[in-house]
Amino acid sequence: MPLYRDEAVVLRTQKLGEADRIVTLLSRYRGQIRAVAKGVRRTASKFGSRLEPFMVVDAQFYEGKSLDIVNQVETIGSYGGQIIEDYGAFTAANAMVEAAERLTSEESSPQQYLLLVGALRSLAGKEHDSSLILDSYLLRALAIAGWAPSFDNCARCEAMGPHSAFVMQVGSVVCQNCKPIGAVAISTDTSDLLGALLSGDWDLAETASDQARSSASGIVAAYSQWHIERGLKSMPHVERA
Amino acid sequence: MYEGVIQELIDELGRLPGVGPKSAQRIAFYLLQADADQAKRLAEVLTEVRERVRFCEQCGNVAEAELCNICRDPRRSKASICVVEESKDVQAIERTREFKGLYHVLGGAISPIEGIGPDNLRIKELVSRLADPDIKEVIIATDPNLEGEATATYLTRMLSPMGITISRLASGLPVGGDLEYADEITLGRAFEGRRTVS
Repeated sequence: MPLYRDEAVVLRTQKLGEADRIVTLLSRYRGQIRAVAKGVRRTASKFGSRLEPFMVVDAQFYEGKSLDIVNQVETIGSYGGQIIEDYGAFTAANAMVEAAERLTSEESSPQQYLLLVGALRSLAGKEHDSSLILDSYLLRALAIAGWAPSFDNCARCEAMGPHSAFVMQVGSVVCQNCKPIGAVAISTDTSDLLGALLSGDWDLAETASDQARSSASGIVAAYSQWHIERGLKSMPHVERA
Repeated sequence: MYEGVIQELIDELGRLPGVGPKSAQRIAFYLLQADADQAKRLAEVLTEVRERVRFCEQCGNVAEAELCNICRDPRRSKASICVVEESKDVQAIERTREFKGLYHVLGGAISPIEGIGPDNLRIKELVSRLADPDIKEVIIATDPNLEGEATATYLTRMLSPMGITISRLASGLPVGGDLEYADEITLGRAFEGRRTVS
């Protein structure tokens, strides 16, 4: 039976039978993996705690007919314990792993893997406000998936910004002349914040006003829902500061 | 594929959790070959359980009356409430014979990824119960997994201003196990929750 080994982050777990779980992981080199972890719900399980959501692990699997089976697990990063200390961070982390599950497939995507691990580490370490980390993660994950938004030049005539309208379908700001019906109004502060979150300019992002943060979160949520079919179940539960 | 009612029985059995198509077929043929009274009794119990069993209006545990046996029992202490996720957890704690207080069944744990938030659980009912001045302690006994811990964090944050003692079940090494086989997270928890013995 072929064995393989990869680094992975646990996205989701589902109960299976008496004491097993189906674990969905985003691996570094093999993309998404769905595997059965046998007996992990028993209190005496040797690696049940290592296969909880948000754990980063080095795992060995053997290929099964429909689902693979987790054979061995070693911890690389344990972020769940620190994340659940803050309920807002927990809800943000849920939205992140759900987005990662929807934006990735069985194809290898080391960039998505590294982005998610970095975002979870940042949440666990309380490096920034959890809401900002979530928004930054979603913008960058969408960009890696091929839906990079633009907050600088007009998408149609390429006029230099700042512009005061954002078109969800296009994923870009537009100038007053090119503005279509249904474009969302966006302030310069919000536009700057979104650009900073996309590029990882945390010094600028941290100085944004509450109003700009709230407006940016709304745009990121709507933009994510637009591109991720059926939307994210966890988004309505995200607790924003 | 069988015809008629036997296939219907296999299909219905196959809908039960943990019962696959092969097991469903095996159970169906067992029932066909078993004593007629046994099958009849099973059918009667299934009907009866749906008609008679409901949820306790106070704690949410399974009950055959307005209140469950535990809530009706005058010998139970009203000073402490143990909060659990499911009715099955009540039975697990009752088997220990250590807890003499009352329970509150939440009906699950917070899991945003499954679309389950605090409003989908019986948290409002718990807060209403805590208005009773006799209640001095809330013991949070949600599962020691991520969703259970997040639910405990949420409850602690919500109930702390009420001035009631809030405690969480200890987690650590399983009785009868070898220390060397414990994973680092469980062992870390055991260290965090260690107690002074002398």
